[in-house]
Amino acid sequence: MRLTLHVWRQASASKPGRMERYDAPDVNEDMSFLEMLDVLNEKLIAEHKEPIAFEHDCREGICGSCGFMINGMAHGPQRGTTVCQLHMRHFKDGDVLYLEPWRATAFPVLKDLVVDRGAFDRIVASGGYVSVRTGSAPDGNAIPVPKESADRAMDAAACIACGACVAACPNASAALFTGAKISHLSHLPQGQAERSRRALRMVRQLSIEEFGSCTNIGECEAACPKSIRLEVIATMNRDHLKASFATRGESQSAAGE
Amino acid sequence: MQLDSKIPTGPIEQAWERAKFDMKLVNPANKRKFNIIVVGSGLAGGSAAASLGELGYNVKCFCFQDSPRRAHSIAAQGGINAAKNYQNDGDSIYRLFYDTVKGGDFRAREYNVYRLAQVSVNIIDQCVAQGVPFAREYGGALANRSFGGAQVSRTFYARGQTGQQLLLGAYQALEAQVDSGRVKMITRTEMLDLVIVNGRARGIVTRDLVTGKIETHAADAVVLATGGYGNVFYLSTNAKGSNCTAIWRAHKRGAAFANPCFTQIHPTCIPVSGEYQSKLTLMSESLRNDGRIWVPKQAGDKRSPRDIPEAERDYYLERRYPSFGNLVPRDVASRAAKAVCDEGRGVGETGLGVYLDFAESIQRLGRHAIEERYGNLFEMYNRITGEDPYTVPMRIYPAIHYTMGGLWVDYQLMSTIPGMFVLGEANFSDHGANRLGASALMQGLSDGYFVIPYTLGNYLASTKLEKVDTSAPEFAAAVAEVNDRVSRLLSIKGNRTVASFHRELGKIIWDYCGMARNAEGLTKAIGRVQELREEFWKNLNVPGSGEDMNQQLEGAGRVADFLELGELMCRDALQRKESCGGHFREEYQTEEGEALRDDENYQYAAAWEYAGENAEPILHKEPLEFHYVHPAQRSYK
Repeated sequence: MRLTLHVWRQASASKPGRMERYDAPDVNEDMSFLEMLDVLNEKLIAEHKEPIAFEHDCREGICGSCGFMINGMAHGPQRGTTVCQLHMRHFKDGDVLYLEPWRATAFPVLKDLVVDRGAFDRIVASGGYVSVRTGSAPDGNAIPVPKESADRAMDAAACIACGACVAACPNASAALFTGAKISHLSHLPQGQAERSRRALRMVRQLSIEEFGSCTNIGECEAACPKSIRLEVIATMNRDHLKASFATRGESQSAAGE
Repeated sequence: MQLDSKIPTGPIEQAWERAKFDMKLVNPANKRKFNIIVVGSGLAGGSAAASLGELGYNVKCFCFQDSPRRAHSIAAQGGINAAKNYQNDGDSIYRLFYDTVKGGDFRAREYNVYRLAQVSVNIIDQCVAQGVPFAREYGGALANRSFGGAQVSRTFYARGQTGQQLLLGAYQALEAQVDSGRVKMITRTEMLDLVIVNGRARGIVTRDLVTGKIETHAADAVVLATGGYGNVFYLSTNAKGSNCTAIWRAHKRGAAFANPCFTQIHPTCIPVSGEYQSKLTLMSESLRNDGRIWVPKQAGDKRSPRDIPEAERDYYLERRYPSFGNLVPRDVASRAAKAVCDEGRGVGETGLGVYLDFAESIQRLGRHAIEERYGNLFEMYNRITGEDPYTVPMRIYPAIHYTMGGLWVDYQLMSTIPGMFVLGEANFSDHGANRLGASALMQGLSDGYFVIPYTLGNYLASTKLEKVDTSAPEFAAAVAEVNDRVSRLLSIKGNRTVASFHRELGKIIWDYCGMARNAEGLTKAIGRVQELREEFWKNLNVPGSGEDMNQQLEGAGRVADFLELGELMCRDALQRKESCGGHFREEYQTEEGEALRDDENYQYAAAWEYAGENAEPILHKEPLEFHYVHPAQRSYK
């Protein structure tokens, strides 16, 4: 099949960008979307043009490196799929595709389709963990965890931090990402001791990073390649609200300051 | 070069405890005075950086990805072994030790493997406490499944995403240390050289992948945890960015490279579909618990799998290895798949594939049970191939997956360069000539959480280190070399892309140093790799400059190193005139086509010393001793 691509080209964070048009004349339907771009890049290099920069690593949909907008949809049209796992059989001859990087204040563009998602690491660093000294843990079976709790924790823990939720959200909110981590640890007995502190600190970090607020639109859930459910946001809000009341007047110390 | 493996003596059961007691300690107040560099943020590097930070050391951790959570450990699917014996099925530390030594075809050190089996139980405890959502039974206890090469169920898992969840545990511990200020995480940065001052590793040279800036970092010790070199084959299950540059640069600075030809071919990957293919995708070995592998009995049988009656199918693993069946170790399963395809009985368009069929399990356990165990894997298969594995058998074929070889380390995980430690897949230590499934995650975390915190302290406490900072002339010299290399790559301006060289190299290594090897082919491969390397430096085309983000330039540097390592792999395979584990020399096999070891002449680890450009590398041998598991021909019949 033959495709026409319009791709966002931007040399670096400080330079202005623009859309550029490319032809992809021989696209095989068994290719992944990124393989289609590989072939296009090989062509550009042969023509002594600069190839399109895009982020990718595992190409199995698990590392979370890849992701950009295809015709306004994060990771493209197939539900529950990262762009590296999106295959060209979902497109048809003559399609015109617009590729753009994630758009969010908290995700500055570094080059072409590559953005800086460092804010996600800082959100996790603010409280998305269980403090446990190496080597000091009790036996793995010492605390039984009901299968249902483990399953729900795992559902939330499946997040790959690709950033599609932020890109899909009209407010550029990172509530789904943050809620997923809070929900993962809240469902496990190991996560209880730091539950309040975690919610307070992670939610505070969200606004420090200039992510927008969640207004329950739900685009994030639709765009999430791991099908993380909106209910993680409810868990986050509940934990945050509870922690805020429980520590009213002392929220500074509860947040570990 | 002297190889002192520092293997303890005395009873193996207490060896690690004794070694720990004999190690010198760094006073808690002094730890923050030591600067440690950790390169790599996967299971080994991430857990090491987190644990060292927690102990109070001043740690800088580097990764080339945009976040430490993207390290390739994240893609491990099936599980992690531990000798917990929660299933009451006869497992023990000794049995895990025994299985691993035997699984590695008697080419690993007994004392290292025993330590690995011992700390395996602590790893599970640690990860559970961090909130890793392992699969559970209804009663709340941890669930297990079986993996290849074992007759007990000792594999812990988190759906088909065990690597992801273990890595996120380590990543979260790492980020907690970043928050506390004890670890500085430096992302999108690639190590391009190691700096040695007065014979000790004292720093690294890096390139910032966003700005292109070449930078230097000084430290009291350097820890490399940069993963394996499977991407030398171009098509592998490794992430696209996985590379050998850090370990290869260190090798050229004096670190011995051990057993480079020991590479693992994983039997269950999705077959190649076309020239544009950029990587291969693994289907977890855990699928072999419930899937049955078969091909038609008749060569050239092109009927659809559902039209081939039971009597005309050959479940060749169950037939050849009745006691382990579909769960034979990876090297055995891969070779068996190759054998049936060579006979013309392979399936799919290319004839390079075998069926992995779940029809019987679905009938026996119900679709729901299979969905719960492997749902995400089936989905992935469906996404890639467009076929539904619930109704049509999967097609699978072996692919490169893991490298047992790596930088030589002693029992303390220190390389032949004092002050440089190597962890995880980047070292050569524990898996011998074949790694058992679910043991890579175990080794990465063992090295990072439970070994390096002790052995690094011992090194620092027992070594007099002079003050060194980046103003030392050795740093300037290394930077000059790095700059020179970068500008050389950019100035060739030839006609071939990085990918075209990489693909050609991969094909040479796969054809001659892949699943089956012979002296003639290996000799030919060495010549062809040399020619290709020469062409690379004359005809490469890297667009753009070195002063900003340039993915082609990154790739070019990595492929240049693969072009050197590839030759060493062939040399190693050529010198090892025996078959063992994943190293199968066609000249050395039993009448039934199984690997034929030569313990009298080859019971050693081959450690290669770099001798300079265009000089033949020097082979050193570390003899292996077996006091507990008696070397015998591995039998899975």
